[in-house]
Amino acid sequence: MEKVQLNVNGFPQVVLVGSHETILETLRNRLNLTGTKQCCDEGTCGSCTILMDGKPVLGCLTPTVRCVGKEIVTIEGVSSGDHLHPVQKQLVQNGGMQCGFCTPGVVMTAIPYLKENPDPSIDDIKEGLSGNLCRCTGYKKIIEAVKNAAEELNG
Amino acid sequence: MSGPIGKPTPYIDGVQKVTGKAMYTDDYRFPNMLYVGLLRSPHAHAHIKHIDTSAAETYPGVSAVTVGTDLPISFGILPISSDENAMAVEKVRYVGEIVAAVAAETMEAAQKGAEKIIVEYDPVRAFIDPGDSLEVCDPAEQIHSHTKGGKNIHKTAELRFNEPEKALEQSPFKRTESFKFAGVTHAFTEPHSTIAIWNGDETLTVISATQVPHYLHRNLSKVLELPMHRVRVKKPALGGGFGGKSDPFAHEMITAYLSMKTKRPVKCTFSREEVFINNHGRHPTTIDMSVGCDQDGIITALDTDTIIDGGAYGSFGVVTSYYNGVLLQGPYKIDKLGFRTRRAYTNKPQCGAMRGHGAVNPRYAMEVILDMLAHDAGIDPCDLREKNFLEENTITVGQLRITSNGVRDCLQAVRKKSNWDKLYGKQPYGRGLGIGCGFYISGSALPIIWNHYPQTVVHAKLDFDGRIVMFSGASDIGQGSDTILAQIASEELGVPMNYVQLEVADTKTTPVDLGSYSSRVTFMVGNAAKMAAEKLRNEMAKAIAKEKDVSADDIVFRDNKIFTEDGAVDISWEDGVEAALAGRGAIVESGYYFSPKMGGDFKGSGAGLSPAYSFGAFISDVTVNPSTGSVKVEKIWAAHDCGKALNPLAVEGQIEGSIHMGLGQAISEDLRYVNGQIVNANFFDYRIPYSVDTPDMDVTIIESNDSEGPYGAKEAGEGPIHPVLPSIGNAIYDAVGIRMMELPITPDKVLAKIQEKG
Repeated sequence: MEKVQLNVNGFPQVVLVGSHETILETLRNRLNLTGTKQCCDEGTCGSCTILMDGKPVLGCLTPTVRCVGKEIVTIEGVSSGDHLHPVQKQLVQNGGMQCGFCTPGVVMTAIPYLKENPDPSIDDIKEGLSGNLCRCTGYKKIIEAVKNAAEELNG
Repeated sequence: MSGPIGKPTPYIDGVQKVTGKAMYTDDYRFPNMLYVGLLRSPHAHAHIKHIDTSAAETYPGVSAVTVGTDLPISFGILPISSDENAMAVEKVRYVGEIVAAVAAETMEAAQKGAEKIIVEYDPVRAFIDPGDSLEVCDPAEQIHSHTKGGKNIHKTAELRFNEPEKALEQSPFKRTESFKFAGVTHAFTEPHSTIAIWNGDETLTVISATQVPHYLHRNLSKVLELPMHRVRVKKPALGGGFGGKSDPFAHEMITAYLSMKTKRPVKCTFSREEVFINNHGRHPTTIDMSVGCDQDGIITALDTDTIIDGGAYGSFGVVTSYYNGVLLQGPYKIDKLGFRTRRAYTNKPQCGAMRGHGAVNPRYAMEVILDMLAHDAGIDPCDLREKNFLEENTITVGQLRITSNGVRDCLQAVRKKSNWDKLYGKQPYGRGLGIGCGFYISGSALPIIWNHYPQTVVHAKLDFDGRIVMFSGASDIGQGSDTILAQIASEELGVPMNYVQLEVADTKTTPVDLGSYSSRVTFMVGNAAKMAAEKLRNEMAKAIAKEKDVSADDIVFRDNKIFTEDGAVDISWEDGVEAALAGRGAIVESGYYFSPKMGGDFKGSGAGLSPAYSFGAFISDVTVNPSTGSVKVEKIWAAHDCGKALNPLAVEGQIEGSIHMGLGQAISEDLRYVNGQIVNANFFDYRIPYSVDTPDMDVTIIESNDSEGPYGAKEAGEGPIHPVLPSIGNAIYDAVGIRMMELPITPDKVLAKIQEKG
């Protein structure tokens, strides 16, 4: 076990972690931040996507010890109170989620994607979300939501 | 409709889901909670000679160890085939079957503790190919002792109406074709998870990722020998089911038992590999089907012989066996029809119900053969289908009662939108259109456990605060049933949706609902919720009418107000609540749903009966690369008759999701086994379509307004998968002239067929 200091959603957190522990496990099991979902545990579904220094990373493949000194943002850190990020708002309004289990990962992928690609085409968005497995929606409404969010952000 | 019914309505739990606040089972943690570690069988079929748990019992952190003989009572979703045990008793029947379990302080200690259990096995012949299971075997090798004739056949379902074989002989056009379908699995994103809490009052609470809290409740009670009034099952937010969470499961029994034994909360969450091993997916299937038609393209008869590979246990298999045949009775009128389905037990993880249960594979076969017959008879495939559609308000040969039926409108919609008449058969080599139709039950008319209770009950409660609380056992698994409940109460009582709050899927506080399976929830729970809300409104109206001296019939509830058209009454909702509750306090009203009595009086007549049926027609546009064999589905036009779309946003979502799942089974998904072991138990090797594989989707909702559905509604969650697969298969024929008789349609198979054709 190793004592590390993490910066999660703007707060310093000191935790004891195992050397092989992933940031997904640390977030869920030690910090009780359960919004980040454990789905495949091998980097194939994107459900555990979080931001490390603003870039999306897969929580299930990222050792916690590699997160020291980085700014970690989870789904819990995206919105505060009633204020939803346009990606979140559009996912709700467009029906871009059904069971919702992949949704935090979709949000955490789409937000940095739109920062780097402010005016994406439908095909661009498909490419941008190609690491996120959704078994419910058929992706159409997710893609539309992200497109609408881009327009809202540009608006 | 003055309220939200019929309007696109975002999910009421949408904000919870996009912010990560929605609580799924594994997100719950309780003080002093233990974790389950499972020991699974490395053998496909073996007797258990001896189990030594001593090293596990003393392993640091382990609180309790359990083996099969601790829970000898069998269970299963169907009372007629309750052939499972919580852990293997005497023998194991598939690789990955649970043999023993431990509860320990940490997940790591639980896994390591379980590995310390030593099991001695005596392997026997394993039946991997379902064909082998149909033959007589050495009784010592029989997978289950209860199967008849010394064979490993779980169920033979057979019905014959009006000698189809004779009619086929005389048919001017006839096709007899063989099809083969790989097994596919639900692959919902949330792994199975369950938490059991043995409470201080000697009751058991189980929080579980289940589509069927009611049946889980019953099976827990049976296996644990705990009276039903001491069991409580709660379903929190659930990360997808598609039928894969519609059985009571071994790990739920084990976790509950370990909680009873340790008197502590216990959690069990599966890895992705374990989810695959648990399977219960669509049966691998072979179908030999014959269909005939006359010179005008009118179907003369259908006869089909099907083998489904059930795996080691029963699950929904008896139902699956019948559905493979009886759900060929629509959407076409076929008066001479026969089928036989044999479900083989094999030494593999069991198969069960998956979206479109029992009807997806035979639908593919039927629709492909219809396409062939259309070409044989020189009739356009859409025309041939239109000639054969069932009418509305009719009875099929097996006495399924068809009420509303919008299939003709569905076909015409996609035919027009896809420009079929101009493009079919006329595009350059490598590009093609294909049609597929389908129909599906809107709720099974018969409950799984026969009794005289309604199939669902909903309570509507109103108290001083003016909020309406709807109590329902319905399980929202992502399809949006919670939102429908709120929409219905809002519609009936004329209040905004945020006045409606829900208590759902908790067998202690909510009345029984049978579960989210067979596409029954909108139809049955919708009717019950509407009745409960109407009764609540009538009670309020009666009280207000008395106070204001008007007729209760004249009172309108709309726009958060209660009024009469003549202005004699014009009060706010809150004032209405006060008037209605005066002298009596809270009002609670109940609504319920019973399916009407229907069906024939022959054995098997109950299978496929439903109070209503959904219909659909889809056209796919595909590109086939003749040099690589790869198939790209460019666009799908989908028209589905859901009676009335109570929430069009959700209905579209169900249709689009069905396209996704149908596409996966059609072109890439294949649960593969070597010596009975699944070898692609992960998302790298089990290929599900991702966003980049998504075709363009054009969805048309057809509203046939069913006379018995709530506001006219029928199902939309499963019916839309059926037309997807054959529309792709038939489009490949239009593109490159080959018939794909084996799913998934992978590039190697396409290339081989193209080369064979030359």
